[in-house]
Amino acid sequence: MNLWRKLACIILVVVVCASAAANWLAPAGYARQYREATNAAPSRSHWLGTDEIGRDRFARVLYGTRISLLLAPAAALLSTLMAALIGGLAGYLGGVWARLAMAVTDLFLSLPWLFLLITARALMPLNVSPLVSVLVTFLLLGLLGWTAAARVLCTTAGALRSADFVRQARAAGVPGQRLFWIHVMPNLKPVLYAQFWISIPVFILSEANLGILGLGVAEPMPSWGSLLKELEGLVSLGDEPWKFVPLLLLVLVVMSFQLLLSRHDEVAA
Amino acid sequence: MRQPMARTYGKRLANLVICLGLLTAQVAAQAGGELNFCLRTEPKTFDPLKVEDDSSAAIRYLTGGVLVRVNRQTQELEPELARSWKVSKDGRQITFHLRSGVSFSDGTPFSAGDVAYTVEQLMDPALHSATGDAFRSGAGNVETKVISPTQILITFPASVAGLDRLFDQVAILSERSSKKERAVLGPFMLADYKPGATVLLKRNPNYWKTDEQGRKLPYLDSIRLDIQANRDVEMLRFKRGELDLINSLDSEYFDKLAVTSPQLVHDAGPSLDSEQLWFNEVAKAPIPAYKKNWFRSANFRRAISEGINREDLSRVIFHGHAQPAVGPFSPANKFWFNGKLRPQTYSPDAALKALQSDGFRLENGALKDKDGNEVVFSIITNAGSKTRERMAVLIQEDLQKIGIHVNVVTLDFPSLIERMTQSFDYEAIILGLTNVDLDPNGEMNVWLSSSENHQWNPQQKTPETAWEAEIDRLMRAQATSTDPKRRKEAFDRVQEIVVEQEPFIFLINRNALSAVSMAVHGAAPVILSPQTFWNADRLTVATK
Repeated sequence: MNLWRKLACIILVVVVCASAAANWLAPAGYARQYREATNAAPSRSHWLGTDEIGRDRFARVLYGTRISLLLAPAAALLSTLMAALIGGLAGYLGGVWARLAMAVTDLFLSLPWLFLLITARALMPLNVSPLVSVLVTFLLLGLLGWTAAARVLCTTAGALRSADFVRQARAAGVPGQRLFWIHVMPNLKPVLYAQFWISIPVFILSEANLGILGLGVAEPMPSWGSLLKELEGLVSLGDEPWKFVPLLLLVLVVMSFQLLLSRHDEVAA
Repeated sequence: MRQPMARTYGKRLANLVICLGLLTAQVAAQAGGELNFCLRTEPKTFDPLKVEDDSSAAIRYLTGGVLVRVNRQTQELEPELARSWKVSKDGRQITFHLRSGVSFSDGTPFSAGDVAYTVEQLMDPALHSATGDAFRSGAGNVETKVISPTQILITFPASVAGLDRLFDQVAILSERSSKKERAVLGPFMLADYKPGATVLLKRNPNYWKTDEQGRKLPYLDSIRLDIQANRDVEMLRFKRGELDLINSLDSEYFDKLAVTSPQLVHDAGPSLDSEQLWFNEVAKAPIPAYKKNWFRSANFRRAISEGINREDLSRVIFHGHAQPAVGPFSPANKFWFNGKLRPQTYSPDAALKALQSDGFRLENGALKDKDGNEVVFSIITNAGSKTRERMAVLIQEDLQKIGIHVNVVTLDFPSLIERMTQSFDYEAIILGLTNVDLDPNGEMNVWLSSSENHQWNPQQKTPETAWEAEIDRLMRAQATSTDPKRRKEAFDRVQEIVVEQEPFIFLINRNALSAVSMAVHGAAPVILSPQTFWNADRLTVATK
């Protein structure tokens, strides 16, 4: 592990630990409004200042990080499993099945997901708690994010289908289902890992984009998306650099994931 | 001898140069120059009779000649193309005495025939004119009678309240000009339009007005309107000196600009615009029956109103550039506002007491109704409106103090409108009302129970409550009366009923905020639209 990867690991560990300890590090919580101290600069009582309605930005960054870091991997896991099942099976079966699966994948890729997500949000019941809204947002992202990974897995599984060891097993009379689970799937693992690590930053950014659009995580719960919304006021950002902290954190975490990912790429290759 | 002569000539020359310089500066201050500002959306039409959007309305204001004009500063009606006018006692007829010697921008002379032509076009049902709708008070046709080239009588099928003031929005078209709506009587005329980019207005050479010294108006050569939806970009361009004014400014931008350039920003005080919260009271709405019972209870609505800290909404969200709202009309509406009314005071204790008297009880920090249902409801507002989202979050915390749990939901605007007007699948909404009309007649479509815009319970066949029936009666009474005193009494009572019943929980009235460059002379921002360029014909811009 080189220096950069070590650094990435340290950053991720620190960020994860800090967000896990949010209750102790920021006991005021993310929702409390200090209405007499709105838009305040960093101080001893508010390390990163307060937002426009007086909520402690440090607390919101910690809790937002916890939500984004917990649920983005969960959504990535869901999408990777779906990709493994659909792409892997299609590649293994080949022929019509592969063409059909890839046609469905292409169809999914061509759909305007942003508008469909807006529609899905509009169709959801209104009286859902912020926690449920968070879960639904990431569930939707997970359910919709499998397509690109499925294409990669389909190609890899297709290559494995004609590999010598699979042919040998088939010739030895190993049934199709067992062949798939015991001989093909384990060999897809490196690609699955890579796809899993790729998906995490993608989902973090997707949630951030949805948050900027006013979708996704409901108030008062914070997420990186809702925290990044503060950066919309382009005019005065030079005067308030502490508002960049959520963006900096997002960049650091995504870069750290990418650095770790490169290692898995090498394994996959 | 030569030397003194040369000195004298030199002195004279210097004096001449100074005089010429002063004269040039004075002329430059009084004439010429280009005013540049932004329209936030593409104008949908240049036909003044079809105007519905803000951008088209701004162009109509700058190019259209009207018979009478509401002075945006004094709120009084003043003569323009009509020297005088008279409304009949029954409010059905109006006679205008017009100015003579006035021409359209293309040189076509203006006469009573043009007014008749404009009114006929305006009232043509096939045109679907929003401006024309304000004149429709009864079935039948509008008749025009040209008495002479400078006198016209217009007869409406039924009495129209505030009839003369409605002509403030009616830009007169030329009957004979081949240029149709491009021939105008206002200070500027449309010179160029690049869709998505700019609208260029040039000085109307035939504009009839002169200033007190007899000089021809307008002073400006042209107005360039850049189409720019992004407010950040608009602000940056203003700060760089590329724009001369921002007609309507958010409180956030206002404060940011005030820090660096306090002389450029203007807070004209509370505007006519309001923000309000309302509950769904539609009988067929797909929400649980017990929630309908809460929302239809005036006691419940009043308690919610008492539980909202409006002072904090004004101070925190609008940085003090808003006032706690009192009722349907802003105090800015000098004549129609009911001065006896006061803003609801914030009192969570009183709110809780009122709810307890209705059978609600607080259990472990959560409010429950008499059947044990926890008081939870959602407030929806449009995604992208920072101020409304923040207001909802403040209200969420305020109501949490009396045990009410609020879920804040932001929806894209079409979805919100669909829920509000079609499916009625919502519990509470925060939205705003933009008022451009001082007269309560402009709000008939909100207060009549049969109206589509009676948002808390629209299109009722017969009024479902006694107080809504009373509002219907009073609104119709004021609409058919021509006596301003009686109309005021009726609308004062409407305001009192609305404050008692709180079908709309009025939250705040935004202040009219604007920014005007130091290069612009003669600007006096006001609360009525268009706030900064209402006197565009008298504005000048120093050379950039």
